[in-house]
Amino acid sequence: MSIKFLSKISFAFVTVALTASPVFAENVIRWASQGDALTSDPHAANESPTHSASRKVYDVLYYNDKDMKMTPWLATGHKLVNAKTWEFSLRKGVKFHDGSNFTADDVKFSIERALSPTSDLKGDISSIQEVKVINSHTVQIITKEPNPIMRNQLTNVFMMSKAWSEKHKVTQPQDRAGKQETYAVRHAMGTGPFKLELREPDVKTILVKNNNWWGLKTYPHQVDKIIYTPIANQATRVAALLSGELDFILDPPLQDLDRIKNTAGLHLEQTAQVRTIFLGMNQGVKELLTSNVKGKNPLSDQRVRQAMYQAINVEAIKKKVMRGYAVPAGLITPPAVHGYTEALNKRRPYDVSAAKKLLTEAGYPSGFSIQLDCPNNRYINDEGICQAVVGMLGKIGIKVNLSAIPKTLHFPKIKNRETDFYMLGWGVSSLDSHYVFNYLVKGADKGWNGTGFADADIDATILEIGKEVDFPKRDKMIAKVWQKLRDNVNYLPIHHQVIVWAMSDKLDIPIVADDGVRFIYTKFKK
Amino acid sequence: MIENQSSLAKINDLAFRIVDSDLFYSFSRNPIVVVSAVITFVFIIAATFAPWLAPHNPFDPASLDLMEASTPPVWLEDGMSKFMLGTDDQGRDILSTIMFGSRVSLIVGFSAVLFSVFVGVGSGLLAGYLGGWLDTVIMRLADVQLAIPAILIALMINGVVAILLPPQLQHEMAIYVLILAIGVSDWPRYARVTRGSVLVERNKEYVAAAQVIGVHPLFIMLRHVLPNIMGPVLVMATIGLALAIITEATLSFLGVGVPPTTPSLGTMIRVGNNYLFSGEWWITFFPCTALVTLVLAVNLMGDWLRDALNPKLR
Amino acid sequence: MIAYIIQRAFQALAVMIVVSLVSFMLFNFVGDPVDNMVGQEATYEERVAMRDNLGLNDPFLVQFARFVGNAVKGEFGISYRIQRPVADLIAERMPATLELVIASAFLSVLLGIPMGVYTGIRPNSWLSRSILVGSLVGVTLPTFVIGILLIYIFSVGLGVLPSFGRGEAVQLGWWSTGFLTVTGWKAIIMPSVTLALFQMTIILRLVRSEMLEVMRTDYIKFARARGLPNQIINFGHAFKNTLVPVITIVGLNLGSLIAFSIITETVFQWPGMGFLFIQAVGFADIPVMAAYLVMVAVVFVSINLFVDILYFVVDPRLRADKTVAAGN
Repeated sequence: MSIKFLSKISFAFVTVALTASPVFAENVIRWASQGDALTSDPHAANESPTHSASRKVYDVLYYNDKDMKMTPWLATGHKLVNAKTWEFSLRKGVKFHDGSNFTADDVKFSIERALSPTSDLKGDISSIQEVKVINSHTVQIITKEPNPIMRNQLTNVFMMSKAWSEKHKVTQPQDRAGKQETYAVRHAMGTGPFKLELREPDVKTILVKNNNWWGLKTYPHQVDKIIYTPIANQATRVAALLSGELDFILDPPLQDLDRIKNTAGLHLEQTAQVRTIFLGMNQGVKELLTSNVKGKNPLSDQRVRQAMYQAINVEAIKKKVMRGYAVPAGLITPPAVHGYTEALNKRRPYDVSAAKKLLTEAGYPSGFSIQLDCPNNRYINDEGICQAVVGMLGKIGIKVNLSAIPKTLHFPKIKNRETDFYMLGWGVSSLDSHYVFNYLVKGADKGWNGTGFADADIDATILEIGKEVDFPKRDKMIAKVWQKLRDNVNYLPIHHQVIVWAMSDKLDIPIVADDGVRFIYTKFKK
Repeated sequence: MIENQSSLAKINDLAFRIVDSDLFYSFSRNPIVVVSAVITFVFIIAATFAPWLAPHNPFDPASLDLMEASTPPVWLEDGMSKFMLGTDDQGRDILSTIMFGSRVSLIVGFSAVLFSVFVGVGSGLLAGYLGGWLDTVIMRLADVQLAIPAILIALMINGVVAILLPPQLQHEMAIYVLILAIGVSDWPRYARVTRGSVLVERNKEYVAAAQVIGVHPLFIMLRHVLPNIMGPVLVMATIGLALAIITEATLSFLGVGVPPTTPSLGTMIRVGNNYLFSGEWWITFFPCTALVTLVLAVNLMGDWLRDALNPKLR
Repeated sequence: MIAYIIQRAFQALAVMIVVSLVSFMLFNFVGDPVDNMVGQEATYEERVAMRDNLGLNDPFLVQFARFVGNAVKGEFGISYRIQRPVADLIAERMPATLELVIASAFLSVLLGIPMGVYTGIRPNSWLSRSILVGSLVGVTLPTFVIGILLIYIFSVGLGVLPSFGRGEAVQLGWWSTGFLTVTGWKAIIMPSVTLALFQMTIILRLVRSEMLEVMRTDYIKFARARGLPNQIINFGHAFKNTLVPVITIVGLNLGSLIAFSIITETVFQWPGMGFLFIQAVGFADIPVMAAYLVMVAVVFVSINLFVDILYFVVDPRLRADKTVAAGN
């Protein structure tokens, strides 16, 4: 660590001390959430809190706005030159924080950077073959196959300055096997609405208003400064909000919402998140790892899976475990995703006697035993949901042993097929069903589809959906896959997560379904 | 018959000796200790016979009704008469869960402390008294282990066992793994203190005298040195019991404790902790009270035992 | 004396090698870091490539040799989670943890020893009894409950102390200190009390039990017979004799304060090494975990060495027979 850096930090502290004085009557937002962004490098981590942080400093070509509607941002328009070539015209007069101009070269550079080997985004945009600069404000993106959702896939590809990156030797994202920290890990310079003033990972991040932001006329926010502190312990986080040390928390615990609501000067915002919680059952193996049934797999029988489905009282989970903050699900994808319909989301009725009957028909009148694997630090009240499920399945004779472990241990179990029965939640950044099918329905030996479900016809349809540019035809295929999934009961859907933000009454920040804060929509109340 | 009579006489004799002993005299003269003993006894009975005494069986998930979750104690509004101290977030009766949970905590705590006392004192005696390479090996081993925080040792043991055990067994073995993990993580403290005391003791005249008259070293250790170090070890063991129970809670906090469907006192407190701000205080308050009462009673008894057993204090 | 210290230093080195081996092995059990690094959409091939890139596919011994080689140079690699050199991270976080530990150690010694002496001298007074019972209640509550209770009372209820963070820090060279600002002092009160409570109880009980024993010895009786003032007997004679075990425990507890700070730091969002470590565990951030363990081991081993040397100074009986203390 260099002395130069340290002197910068101490300088930053002095400036904080000076500028924090209330004389200026700035509009400051002090906020917290459970975990910090992993890095300031916008291409180095494909993770929602990191994207959310990047979105404040960096801009994208297409922006998911507060209603999750894709909005032209640094790109002002597009045309499809041919099935594999997209042409984008770029916004003019956009300047980086250092005063330099944003041009087509920066777009080409940024997309290529996001495709480089050390980038974490390369999987999302792997369909891109080449980026061509047509003129200073026009670029073409050429894809390997026709790609109907190219623009959606660009909503997390942040635009960096080519000159700045070259100057600071950050033309590639941080190599995790490397030795030196790259400059972009704690520094950021984009065209976005806020400038990064101080970044101490896990401790504090300070952003200040970019007065030259191109979007200020359309989005005239009054936020002068944002101070972010991650607070991992949920009780501490709530305490800091209640005591007035914070103005806003992203993830208040559900049980404390009533108290927050009833505290003078605080209010809540809520919306349905683009994430559904469900349970997967391994129907593909000959014999389960953790069951007392030997020689056959009870989960291979559709009647058993349906019995388990109907034994789960999702309304009770919603009311007691989620305190009302959940939307019961009949489908493993939420309403915001293309392909979702109300009809598909309708649940089979909760009916314990019908479930028992189905189990008896399947040849398990007295049930069987199985282990449920569950994360305990990933989803809202994940362990509580699993415990409730254990009790409910117990009522139809299925003896469930619960193993609740941290997410780092849980997810590999699914991907390596070391679990019979597991909890998973799936968010959909592209807001399209194909994304869900690709990971959760398509047959695979490894990866996220731990159900062992593999159907040649369905797999072929999924492949088609990925390439089909005729939307009505594509929609029909999507509906077909969903119907198959529903009839076959691959998964036991629980609910669509509802997110709640808690904030001071002096603020009004509209809540966004992807749980990422858009401070540009903030309104202050005097 | 004759045999029976003689054994009866033996028991009589034993009872007489107990009642007549200094220990019992000191015990009966100390009301706090008597109360502590009664409390500990009540806990042990309640825990041992929980399946027959408790109004509900909170460890049977099928018997729970989620819709009855977070019911307040019976004397508050919305309280239900069948749940005297209310229910937790899953609808478990708090009173029954405390009884079943004490059982888990007591088994884990006592077994882990016994394990580390046995290993720690044994190795400390050997190291301190015999010295030489054995001393070096044992104490370096203790150093190595002390160089890693106990929580991490426990995490590691849990991790290794998770890999070695087949998935079906993990659930049943969880409690034994915990005992082993906590027990192993704590032995060096006993070893070091024991060795330290032995180093001082063994230079004393009485040991030298015993050696001179040809008493076997093992006998010297057990008969002469051991009683002299039991004081500090007992103090440590009483605190160790509290520590073991709290370590168990902390491990649950990190997600590697007993399964959440069979909560211990520590797990109950950990879960209830999240409900402190929301007004559902009973979920954590009663288990906390139970834990404090239990550990306080054990500690007070340990204190008294320490003073009573110490020949220097008679 | 010098030979003895050299010998102990060699042993300490051996200890360090074993610790690094253990800590290195430990991480094969905490989950696959690649899962957290490549995002949930990554393909199998991308995962394999990532493992190769990180050297996770090399034979165990090769990985370990690389680890030790780099560790000696102070290089622990780049954190998988926040992508910064681990040595920098540790250097930045260490002051916060050490300040917390020092504050707690002071609190526990400054309160624990006098209370222990008092309860040892007057075991039957009501004050002694309440101190003992009070300390036991404190030690019985798990750390995270005490922390939350303090926050509940002093932050939410009274609004006098901050619930998280360490206030404003001032840079003194490479050391960032919270002791130079009012907010820094306010911020350290609750975390250090939480952390100190447990250690204080242990010290208190130990001093008390040692005092009780010493007070009954003949030479204290002689001292009384000689008509020495109580203060000289209590502190000059009795207390001095309790020092050996007290030093052992205080020394050992310094290390465990660092370990226990993991939980305290999590509750109070204290930006120290323990918090860094627990974040790393949740993410299977192997370089950070390995570096943290090695760091903690260095501290522990040095303290042990120091305590061993202090034995010489404090207990003349050991000085007389060097071989006894050295264990040979």
